[in-house]
Amino acid sequence: MNYLGEAIAYILTAANWSGSLGIGRLLAQHIGYSLLGVAVAAVIGVPLGWWIGHTGHGKGAAVALAGAVRALPTLGLITLFALALGVGLSAPMLAFIVLALPSVLAGAYTGIESADTVAVDGARASGMSEVQILTRVEIPLGAALLVGGLRSATLQVIATATLAAYTGAGGLGRLMFLGLKTQYYGMMLASSLMVIALALLSELLFILLQRAVTPVGARNRKESQ
Amino acid sequence: MTWVLNNLPAIASYLLAHVSQAVPAILATLLLAIPIARLTQWLGPLRGILVSGASLLYAIPSLALFVILPVVLGTGIRDTLNVVVALTLYGLALMVPTTVDALDAVDQRVLDAATAMGMGPLRRFATVELPLAGPAIVAGLRVVTVSTVSLTTVGAVLGVRSLGWLFTDGFQRGITVEILVGILATALLAVTLDALVVLCGRVLLPWTRSTHAREEATV
Repeated sequence: MNYLGEAIAYILTAANWSGSLGIGRLLAQHIGYSLLGVAVAAVIGVPLGWWIGHTGHGKGAAVALAGAVRALPTLGLITLFALALGVGLSAPMLAFIVLALPSVLAGAYTGIESADTVAVDGARASGMSEVQILTRVEIPLGAALLVGGLRSATLQVIATATLAAYTGAGGLGRLMFLGLKTQYYGMMLASSLMVIALALLSELLFILLQRAVTPVGARNRKESQ
Repeated sequence: MTWVLNNLPAIASYLLAHVSQAVPAILATLLLAIPIARLTQWLGPLRGILVSGASLLYAIPSLALFVILPVVLGTGIRDTLNVVVALTLYGLALMVPTTVDALDAVDQRVLDAATAMGMGPLRRFATVELPLAGPAIVAGLRVVTVSTVSLTTVGAVLGVRSLGWLFTDGFQRGITVEILVGILATALLAVTLDALVVLCGRVLLPWTRSTHAREEATV
């Protein structure tokens, strides 16, 4: 267990936080990559998912895509893109987007589908246009599921961002690979612990966000059931 | 194509190593998930904690877990055992909540009937509860199988041989074909093992087939 002590000591040493290989910079990179990857996936996936959920078109394709992506090894994708695009950020970023997209898409369309048909029909009967039904009824009612999709996408990307360092991009994985090469296992463990802490923090934030976006009416209904 | 033909023995040995890590992990997941799920059902209030704890486990990045386990297990970092244990833990994170749900879904009246017929708890569990929960457990195991085969490749980064070796080696030597072969082989292995799980499910749970046929006949 002395590696664990070594790891905690590494994190607590102030000198390890600054500089080009400092925890501060790598942590900021790790968070930045994750947010960017999920943001791009959301820009593509959310409108597409809403459209799939509202019209019911292309759902089979979305489900098949999600299954296929699950079987794809991430490390394979990152190395393949890195060979094609060169080392740097573009290759891992592309892999993050591919990974995050199915979760985001699924969150968006299951959210729309979860909207009670009585509410949707009621909105249609009271003269709302299709756009109004989507934006005022279906999207708010499905918001919690959408956030759930973003939550699992973020979790996957935070975990995968560790591998970005393998192809020369930064992030906390940098310390893992450096530690592996120099057999400095305390440092590897330190970076693992920080990635785990980051993942748990993101889970916590998303749980709070999920509560916040659930419409009050829908929340009460769930509690009374 | 010539690269593939020239390296067939190496690819086969990586495939074998991959199978020898993924398959024990999948089997261990199945064998451990059932008693853990059963225990979770009995524990009542602890249940929520166990189920959400299992999903938090999935929040641990694979590379991080592969690094931490040697410290906990006292094995070397390149030990195959680390990979198998890590994969089993991820499998359990997916499998335990699914199995608890599957066992919960069994109709209480059926269980009461079994008790009324004089079955003891163990016999009732093995011959009534487990078979009825079977199809849902098989569905969960299919997800575990595919994700386990994919996750096994990460071990290559630490120097554990598997099909992931084709990614790290292909990247270092700049051979795109090698990486493509690795991705293809991993996906094919995942599909094959998934099909095997479905097949085993059909053999072990023959009535799922007959109810299916009956449903189709009534339609």
